[in-house]
Amino acid sequence: MAGVTTQEVQEQKSHDLGMHTESLSGRTQQRFFDIEKLGEGGFGYPDAPDVDFNKRAEFDAAEMDTKDINLEIRNLTKQGYGTIVVKNPGAKHSLGVGLLHRLNLIFEGSLGYFGCGLTDGPNVRIHGRVGWACGENMMAGTIVIEKNAGSQFGAAIRGGDLVCKGSVGSRTGIDQKGGTIIVGGNTGSFTGFMMQRGRMIICGNAGKNLGDSMYDGTLYVGGEIEDYGVDAVPEPLGNLDKAWLARKLKMYDMLPANGVDHFTKVVSGKQLWNYDNLEPNEKKLVL
Amino acid sequence: MCGIAGLIHRDGAANIGREMTDMLQALKHRGPDSTGFALYGEPGRNEFVMRFKVAEQEDMDKGFEIHDAVKQRRATVEERLKNLGVNVIDREDATEYAYRYRIQHDGDMKKLADFIEDIEGTEIMSMGNALELVKDLGDATVVSEQYGLGKFRGTHGIGHTRMATESDVDIRSAHPYWAYPYNDIAVVHNGQITNYWMMRREFERRGHRFMSSCDSELLAVYTAYNLDQGASLEDSLKQSVEEIDGVFSYLVATKDELGLAKDCMAAKPMVLYETDDLVAMASEEMSIRAIVPHEIDTWDPYNSEVRVWQA
Repeated sequence: MAGVTTQEVQEQKSHDLGMHTESLSGRTQQRFFDIEKLGEGGFGYPDAPDVDFNKRAEFDAAEMDTKDINLEIRNLTKQGYGTIVVKNPGAKHSLGVGLLHRLNLIFEGSLGYFGCGLTDGPNVRIHGRVGWACGENMMAGTIVIEKNAGSQFGAAIRGGDLVCKGSVGSRTGIDQKGGTIIVGGNTGSFTGFMMQRGRMIICGNAGKNLGDSMYDGTLYVGGEIEDYGVDAVPEPLGNLDKAWLARKLKMYDMLPANGVDHFTKVVSGKQLWNYDNLEPNEKKLVL
Repeated sequence: MCGIAGLIHRDGAANIGREMTDMLQALKHRGPDSTGFALYGEPGRNEFVMRFKVAEQEDMDKGFEIHDAVKQRRATVEERLKNLGVNVIDREDATEYAYRYRIQHDGDMKKLADFIEDIEGTEIMSMGNALELVKDLGDATVVSEQYGLGKFRGTHGIGHTRMATESDVDIRSAHPYWAYPYNDIAVVHNGQITNYWMMRREFERRGHRFMSSCDSELLAVYTAYNLDQGASLEDSLKQSVEEIDGVFSYLVATKDELGLAKDCMAAKPMVLYETDDLVAMASEEMSIRAIVPHEIDTWDPYNSEVRVWQA
């Protein structure tokens, strides 16, 4: 081809092979907080709607799909409604996710999987059951479930209170990084698996491998523990623990009639996370 | 990801064809490739229902010869039934390639099954007094309408919506699996069995037949073998949790029982709803809500949990 240099041909071939850089465009997902405005409402997200808790709205979700329900919640908050009641959620998945502002959200019914995940601020009450991974990655706020919950309850939460008044499935609080998980009934196997921070209260029994591979954080179990996971160890329950447990459970009307003295406190033995620094014979002891 | 569901009416027969269709349609997003039903009607006196196919659905789009081949295969089935002394009471064409026969037979059912399945492209989907197993490509509504299940009355049933991950999209890889050659036993499964090939080879050495490369078929063969050895359904389910590796939730139905088992990690979902009149279970609660629209109390079975209900 006349006028096309070898270098240009090579560059074109390289480009076609994907060996090039592109300047990407689009809206950034980063959020910036203005320290000067802290006194005017705290760490609010820049586009968070200003809602009035006394302004109440409700809608029937029976014939709506997940997308429409979540859009309706957002539309109502933009109109300033601070208390929203969703009737007949019908165990649909991913309801109430990604809410990053103050809100009283009430579901009159059950949710499916990933209910109220990725939230930062709202107070949610669910008059029903939730499926797997409720409250996943919650940053702040409260979620209170009146009935049972599925597995991966509170996976990787960073903050807030996640409360289930019934029993939950397996792997509760897996990868928990903060906040508090409270379960009124029993929990399944691998509860607190790879927990890194935060606290968990199980009023009933815990399944096998409790606190397996936990780095940090604290588990309190009121019932029987089937067995401990690797590197999870019991520790004496102190007066501060008892005071905190009683206060926290009372907040949600879940304080057992026999108090909290019978709870078992479980923490990390902190051997596994230091694993690479151990001698070979010590590694055998840890595992 | 697949979806499984089951139900038992403790208070007598109901329109389980419609109910299972609704439950499985609600699970379509977990697997749109194929749908299957194992429905248990009123047991016929001294007669069996045999559901079989002589070709795959996709075969019917491949040229003109298949239509003649299907007729020929069916004629061979008729001939072999006659030779074995089987009395065919009634014949029903569910599709061009799948049929429902009501038969009477006092002889060896395994021999009958082997004779029929020896014909090219032919597979018995189910045999039993009460069991009728239907599976085909498409979602629950499509398969249900195709096979006329909307008015099927019975006491219990299980079903499956399949997302093909490790074997083909065809009828032979669809669930439920009939526990050949035992009457009235069917299995549906959600998960992966990691010691499938090792266990399959073991069962093949014992003379068991596998019609597909789907790991779920192993559970049907495994259950059939255990029941043949005198184990109860509950024993078989408990043993499976110890012996079968992988992540799974599966349901087994017999003429008068329905059981479930979950793996030791509880890695695959299952939601249970139980009342005095109805027991319903599914991979997701929204499936149960398809037949019980009001607010209900449900819960998840734990790891290694085995349950058996009388139907």
